[in-house]
Amino acid sequence: MHDLTLILMSKLNYWIYILLMMIGLYAMIVKNNLVKKIIGMNILQTAVILFFISIGAKNKATIPIIEHAHGPGNHAVSAAHYINPLPHVLMLTAIVVAVATLGVALALIIKLHQQYRTLEEDEILAQLKNE
Amino acid sequence: MKVLGAIIVLLFGSLLIYCTLDFPSWGDPASPASTHVSPYYIENTLEDTAVPNIVTAVLADYRGYDTMFETVVIFSAGIACFFLLRSFKRIEPDTRLYRHVPTGITFRIEKGGRYPRESVDFERIDLQWVPHDLIIKTTCRMIIPFIQIFALYVIAHGHHSPGGGFQGGVILGASVIIFAVSHNLRSSTNRISEKNVVLLSTTGVLLYAATGGLCLLLGSNFLDYSALSQIFGVDSVTARSFGILLVEIGVGMAVMAVMISLYYNLASAGKQDEGL
Repeated sequence: MHDLTLILMSKLNYWIYILLMMIGLYAMIVKNNLVKKIIGMNILQTAVILFFISIGAKNKATIPIIEHAHGPGNHAVSAAHYINPLPHVLMLTAIVVAVATLGVALALIIKLHQQYRTLEEDEILAQLKNE
Repeated sequence: MKVLGAIIVLLFGSLLIYCTLDFPSWGDPASPASTHVSPYYIENTLEDTAVPNIVTAVLADYRGYDTMFETVVIFSAGIACFFLLRSFKRIEPDTRLYRHVPTGITFRIEKGGRYPRESVDFERIDLQWVPHDLIIKTTCRMIIPFIQIFALYVIAHGHHSPGGGFQGGVILGASVIIFAVSHNLRSSTNRISEKNVVLLSTTGVLLYAATGGLCLLLGSNFLDYSALSQIFGVDSVTARSFGILLVEIGVGMAVMAVMISLYYNLASAGKQDEGL
């Protein structure tokens, strides 16, 4: 019982992100409406971002900004006192790229709607078959 | 299809959950992600760059190439949206709507009629009915300057507190988008025209690349900001922190302009005459 609690404590947040990712993946595969597919894609991206951020966490450590440091000088900085900055850097850019991909996806959707007057996938496929 | 999708997703999810059993536990300082290169960043950032915010230093200095091409990705997303949607064929609508602001009366003017000059009293409104929202307009007019000052603070103070070019650029872009939402697209394009937006995004990316090229010209590696000490007249460590600031300004300009350009094109489906 004690072991189970320990596993739950140390893995619970990973499981929550996997659950979030499954929700996004399910929406991308199953949903018929293209806007819902894009929302699913964004949920998936959020899950990946949260997962990366969670990798960078360290117990008893603070945010990666060195305290009381202005300009160069002698500061004894120990890596154990600050959380891992690398996932934060990667995800900072990933968030902005997510917005950019969202913009391009919405532009493609507007184009599709102008062409086919619908955003339902099966109706677009039916129109493509009739052509 | 629904059942098939659910089975695939469940299989995938259970595989991933099985894999997490081998993961280091949450918050473990000895996990592989926190042992190889990240202790170097944490311990040496201050000596190398004089920037207390490790994220900013890694973003713009240690991983400068990555961030430069990240900016190029955002720029190309804006360009892709432009080429997908923008249509230059101008179809003038048959009627125009004008609102006389003091009385709130709306005029409908057919083609061939004489249009009133745009002034404080007369404003042209979209063909879909636009309500006269005094509260929303006044509130937005009051908070937009503060949003913009905060955005500039986020960019300029990114060395010492959470912030930087990406975040500040997004906030700056959001302030213009709020203006466009609260008034209309036309009054926003009158303030910042599409041409200026595209110019700004190009300038931002070029500012980043030019900072790297300047280091090259001063006899150092591409994006090695310590060479800038010859220009700024400071020691090489402080020159790195100045170089990071230059680069962050470039990123901020590019991100702001691309956000505005995406909004302009998406809100009006590329026609940029009427929108949300």
